[in-house]
Amino acid sequence: MNAFNAVLLRDLRVAFRRWSELAHPLIFFVIVVTLFPLALSPTAAQLREVGIGVLWVATLLSSLLALDGLFRSDADDGSLEQLLLAPVPMTMTVLAKVVAHATVTLLPLLCLVPLSALSFNIPLAALPTLALALVLAAPTLSVLVALGAALTVSLRRGGSIVGLLVLPLTGPLLIFGTRATDLSVNGEPTAAPLLLLSALAVLAVSLGPFAIAAAVKVGLE
Amino acid sequence: MKLPRWFHQLGSPPYVYRLAEALAPWLGGIGLALLAVGSFWGLVVAPPDYQQGDSARIIYIHPQTAYVGMMAYVVLAVAAGIGYVWRIKLAHAVAVSAAPIGAWFTFCALVTGALWGRPTWGTYWQWGDPRIMSEALLLFLFLGYLALRGAFDDRDKADRVTAILAVVGVVNVPIIHYSVEWWNSLHQTSTLFADGGPAMTADMLVPFLIMFAGFTLTFYWLLLRRLQAEIVEREGSARWLREWLAEGAR
Repeated sequence: MNAFNAVLLRDLRVAFRRWSELAHPLIFFVIVVTLFPLALSPTAAQLREVGIGVLWVATLLSSLLALDGLFRSDADDGSLEQLLLAPVPMTMTVLAKVVAHATVTLLPLLCLVPLSALSFNIPLAALPTLALALVLAAPTLSVLVALGAALTVSLRRGGSIVGLLVLPLTGPLLIFGTRATDLSVNGEPTAAPLLLLSALAVLAVSLGPFAIAAAVKVGLE
Repeated sequence: MKLPRWFHQLGSPPYVYRLAEALAPWLGGIGLALLAVGSFWGLVVAPPDYQQGDSARIIYIHPQTAYVGMMAYVVLAVAAGIGYVWRIKLAHAVAVSAAPIGAWFTFCALVTGALWGRPTWGTYWQWGDPRIMSEALLLFLFLGYLALRGAFDDRDKADRVTAILAVVGVVNVPIIHYSVEWWNSLHQTSTLFADGGPAMTADMLVPFLIMFAGFTLTFYWLLLRRLQAEIVEREGSARWLREWLAEGAR
């Protein structure tokens, strides 16, 4: 657990020293969300209908933008190899790095989404469900994104390929996330999709680190 | 437990190359013959569907290609998993060989489905249909696998990294499948596994099953031929390969 905390704190510290990079996904998110109404030129009612989907897709896309910093810089300066040599299971190290990464990239994004939701005329009453669904989707999303980063850690131009690997796997997140938000906009019970999102999160957090650790090890060989 | 000798031999490229050389003509011959018989039976002899008329005859092609696409992904993932865990290079070769065939069959399933959709649903493509969506996502998984492979120069590393992706993908396939099932479906439900036995009379069921067998054998035929090509590429100038080729030239 000490090792977990140490890696977590180190990654957070490194991230905040390069804080301007942290803003990139946020700005990207705002731009994507702004482009959709421009492209659709819709009325307020139509905006509400497409808005939920737009917010979720924009969240997925922006989370992809931030993944390059997850393993790449550590792999370049050799510190990732040192972590691999440390007498701590790699799964633990990887989990700490994923948590740190999610804290600095997904958390600010999650704060932006409800704000943008209001601009799409999504009713205030649906916001708690939207926020909860995002929080429940965040672990799965960060594990998938980290997996994409780990699979491409040894590639010079990995960034362009990660979307191809990760986005098809985010299908279920998108379905359950938008379903929960849709149901709460219509005032119906939202427990089922939220529980399914939690189940996916448990699955991703318990199995994901093994796959990520394996991919990092192969990448550094 | 003592494993039989042939089991160990399955990890040896020369043995598998020769085995493929011996098996491939049979698989290909029987597979193509079954496809010919099944097509003739299904397209000419079998009666038209009482509701959908002649357009329903695509049932002799569409479910089979979709099934082979999924089977190819399972073959890919199992082979890649074996290759990763026991570091068997030949298993990776099988996985690599299965990927393009599976992608192609999945693509064919989407195209034949679209052609069937036009006369029966009135549209080529229906974004809301779960099976179309999970089939499309399966195609993306194949394409992602191939793209990741193509990005590596080092073949060993490519083998092991893509194996992880394949295994993660196969864990996700059922999740993706059942999550997209959440939508209301236009898709007709399974004909073969309907409640109370197959919802098809024998004169349609027989060519339907013949086509399944034909496509499956054709897949394994293509797989063996691709595997041979992959072995030649990987083994390069190995001695047994040169001897084999010299024999063939004589």
